[in-house]
Amino acid sequence: MTNTTNKTNSVALTGGAAAAEALRQINPDVMPVYPITPQTPIIETFAKFVADGEAETEMIEVESEHSAMSAAIGAGAAGARAVTASSSQGIMLMAEMLPIASGMRLPILMLVSARAISAPINIHGDHQDVMAVRDQGWIQIFSENAQEVYDNTFIALRLAECVRLPAMVVMDGFQTSHSVENLEILEKSAARSFIGEYIPKKYLLDFENPVTFGPVGLPNSYFEFKRQQIEAMNRVMSEIGEIFGEFGKISGRNYDVFEKYKLDDAEKAIVVAGSTAGTAKVAVDELREQGEKVGLLKIKLFRPFPYAQITEALKNAKSIAVLDRTVSFGSHAPLYSEIANSLYQIPNTRYQIQSYIYGLGGREIFKEDIKKVFKEDWNNKEIKYIGLKENE
Amino acid sequence: MAPGHSTCAGCGIPAIARTVLAATDDPVIVVNATGCLEVTSTLYPCSAWKIPWIHSAFENGGATAAGIDGAIKALRKRGKISKEKRIQIVVFAGDGGTYDIGLQSLSGALERQHDFLYVCYDNEAYMNTGGQRSGATPYGADTETTPAGKHSFGKCEKRKDLMSIVIAHHIKYAAQANVAFLADLAKKAKKALEMEGPRFLLVLQPCTNLWKFPTSQYVNIGKLATETNFWPLWEYLDGKYKINWATENPKPLEEFLKTQGRFKHLSKPGGEKVIAEMKKEVEENWKRLVDLADV
Repeated sequence: MTNTTNKTNSVALTGGAAAAEALRQINPDVMPVYPITPQTPIIETFAKFVADGEAETEMIEVESEHSAMSAAIGAGAAGARAVTASSSQGIMLMAEMLPIASGMRLPILMLVSARAISAPINIHGDHQDVMAVRDQGWIQIFSENAQEVYDNTFIALRLAECVRLPAMVVMDGFQTSHSVENLEILEKSAARSFIGEYIPKKYLLDFENPVTFGPVGLPNSYFEFKRQQIEAMNRVMSEIGEIFGEFGKISGRNYDVFEKYKLDDAEKAIVVAGSTAGTAKVAVDELREQGEKVGLLKIKLFRPFPYAQITEALKNAKSIAVLDRTVSFGSHAPLYSEIANSLYQIPNTRYQIQSYIYGLGGREIFKEDIKKVFKEDWNNKEIKYIGLKENE
Repeated sequence: MAPGHSTCAGCGIPAIARTVLAATDDPVIVVNATGCLEVTSTLYPCSAWKIPWIHSAFENGGATAAGIDGAIKALRKRGKISKEKRIQIVVFAGDGGTYDIGLQSLSGALERQHDFLYVCYDNEAYMNTGGQRSGATPYGADTETTPAGKHSFGKCEKRKDLMSIVIAHHIKYAAQANVAFLADLAKKAKKALEMEGPRFLLVLQPCTNLWKFPTSQYVNIGKLATETNFWPLWEYLDGKYKINWATENPKPLEEFLKTQGRFKHLSKPGGEKVIAEMKKEVEENWKRLVDLADV
């Protein structure tokens, strides 16, 4: 990473505040919001910016997350840059509206402080909420820390508006959303020019060219609408490199669709998304010091899933463990399934690939847990669980 | 709204939409909740709408309007649309999308004082799905989910008092209208569209399918609804109630009921008790309205 540390741009913020800081610089037109833990710090911090005149966004304090996404859709269709934020039950309540946002091709940005799903009710972090809606036509980008939350907010918005699909920036509830970390923020002018003006293609406020949004699509047209969404999602892969490149120029932080950490010569590799990647890096470092050939693949872009790049990144590893912070009842966990699918593309090679589930409902995962995972036999006879109390 | 839509023969919904939209010269954005009007006017690749129109789901007419209102305010602040130009947001939704599944979204949008007109076309049941009872269905009506039978006289509960619920949100203007009285509807729509903030119209829309009457009869049956005091025409403005149509001698409720298949079972023995109960409800509602209007 190029070191362009500028002390005036270095701040200490929680992940939630980092998201709000990015939004302050983006200064979106409309932000419908509804409170839910652990998302609330995002909207509270941003509301204060608006109250102090640091952003001129129209905030709409709606009466539910379903209405938050509905209002974002109304605002987006009207021609405004619309953003919102949510978590957990909020994502579940607005789930009906998520495929409508993508089906209408509205580049709405949503900050997600990922959290467990009821029942039992649990306000702590895991990835069940975002994974539950992974097939609703939204771009999904995971963040490891506050810096990535901040950076991904810009990158995701650019990407969304480029391909006209909505995007979620995911941070781990509490671990990232509520932990204070140092991060660098962009100069105002650089941030503004990176984001640019939002120019909608078709919108309700264009009275010269009235448009019908959300018509009835019968069997003779519906399939083609979906095909266009598939193509738009595919376009993400051809556009994201340039956006990463531009962002690297203004920030000094050069990203890819994932991060390889000591992976190229690793024999055993762990795949993980979110804040646990930070813990895993320390575990990898310590095992490397002991001469173990271990590495890490940190997932960032989850939708669309970069199969080909991942196939390439993992080609030298002999055994792979995939750590999912979610569960797919009666099935394999989602990240594991995607990795298995990627590896299947490599001819004449048989991998040992093991599925682990960890951290549900905020269950902690420590460096030692990950070191232990590396030492285990990855034969995938069954799904393994990290930190689960087996006798309860 | 252009011809060529596919509403049923004898449906008054297009007349309601056209009458409301003709009441203003301002540019209008229409928000449509899922329902009869939406499915019959936007069969891709055709659209009966010559003005900007959006439908996103069933229960979110209020919230969708709120988002558009937010966009207009934001873009106005940024000089992207003229500060002087009035833009109207008009929501059309059926009774299912208003009394029931969309009530929360409507309530939120009313409470937040968004600048929009909400028009509920009330055909007293879920007609887009074939005639199931809603919170708007009157007591005693036979529907697909409250069928009259050996042990049932149809719907056992009274209709929800939506107008009172709406007015309780401290809005400026709300009115009850009827597709059979288009001049009255036009006047109310014009009045509403000249005001700012949340405004509400509840318009009776006799449905040939559920109510079961010949397609030529929707205006006559709508008239009877008001002439029997089953559906009074009235309005609420700044805390004051006004009755817009009244007669010294309202017609007996039976004259309205006998025109429709949904009340046919009430002519059988035992039906008179149900009719008596319905009459009591109509009389009480009328008395309450008269009292309110007198104040």
